[in-house]
Amino acid sequence: MSSKIAQIPLVSGHPEVYEPCDDSFALVDALLADRSSLLEHQPRLCMEIGCGSGYVITSLALMLSPLGSQVHFFATDINLHAAEATRATLEAHDVHSEIVAADIASGLQRRLAGMVDVVVVNPPYVPTPEEEVGCEGITASWAGGEDGRKVIDKILPVADKLLSDKGWLYMVALTANNPSDICLVMREKGYASRIILQRSTEEESLHVIKFWRESVADVNGRQSVASGGTGSWFSQLPFMSSLWQRNESSRT
Amino acid sequence: MRLLTHNMLSSNIRGVVNGFPLGIEAEKVVEREVELSAEFLRGVFPKIEWGALVAGARALGHPDLLPGEADASMLASDDFLRRFHRALLQLHVEEGALVCPETGRRFPINKGIPNMLLHEDEV
Ligand SMILES: C[S@@+](CC[C@H](N)C(=O)[O-])C[C@H]1O[C@@H](n2cnc3c(N)ncnc32)[C@H](O)[C@@H]1O
Repeated sequence: MSSKIAQIPLVSGHPEVYEPCDDSFALVDALLADRSSLLEHQPRLCMEIGCGSGYVITSLALMLSPLGSQVHFFATDINLHAAEATRATLEAHDVHSEIVAADIASGLQRRLAGMVDVVVVNPPYVPTPEEEVGCEGITASWAGGEDGRKVIDKILPVADKLLSDKGWLYMVALTANNPSDICLVMREKGYASRIILQRSTEEESLHVIKFWRESVADVNGRQSVASGGTGSWFSQLPFMSSLWQRNESSRT
Repeated sequence: MRLLTHNMLSSNIRGVVNGFPLGIEAEKVVEREVELSAEFLRGVFPKIEWGALVAGARALGHPDLLPGEADASMLASDDFLRRFHRALLQLHVEEGALVCPETGRRFPINKGIPNMLLHEDEV
């Protein structure tokens, strides 16, 4: 019997690789809660940016295993040890993802533009001094610069480029990252958003935000409401968000 | 690394104009059985640069696997689908390198993972 998500004892470790932690679990729980929509969505290509130990991409591959080889996976990390750990974790669970050691999706983003149906990211989000961003090894797993937004703000336009018309993005963010501003940045690129999971641990208040392109949001918007929303800033329904937009512009 | 990935990778060094397709130096190639999904193959076919796939298969030791040219009508043939599937998804480069067509810069592939990370002066 294969399980639906990666098993911790089978997750590969290395001193320089981020071990699955509350944020990783939050992301996998959010994906698991959204699993039936994901299966219905029938993604062809899925991609994780910053795969670390491989816990998340392995879990996603296991969750989507009913789709068989209709769906294929890509994972990137800037840390070579992480890329190798991900390979071992995938193998231990007998699933496959292509792995590329890359800065975000550099090298892939040009040819993969508009082709990826699901992007998942648990970025380095901890507010730190700017110099720590882009350091080697384990530091890269958490160092997020000012407001923890340095890497997030680089990932958002890349995700936008990669995503297909029906594409979905799932991203972890802290309160300190200003999630409502992240949603605004994506709104300007034409995305609706919803917080699909919110969880406070001793150290941090975690959010998992789901983004989808407004133009194809109808089905998604309705389903979001049906599944009951945890707090959303705007655009639960496409028509509501366009109202919001209109009010906004009439005010100015 | 599958040839699917090779087909999606380009050299991202500063100053490189096209950077595609990357050359392949294959030292170790393995083949892993994968269930064939005609749906996936038909969906992805329009996005594949056929010439790069043919060159990739040749570099992996399979010069006769694929026809030199292909168009969507061929997706109706089971034989074509099987060949396309094998080239795209079943062959993996485990060890070797990718080579930038413009600068000759080598991107190593170890344990099946291409390393596309750039040095500071290349970004
Ligand atoms: C918070 S960890 C998450 C790891 C894993 N996805 C998880 O949820 O357990 C962030 C990961 O992103 C990687 N990372 C940081 N900056 C990156 C960049 N510019 N491009 C690709 N990966 C990056 C780190 O090496 C690290 O593995």
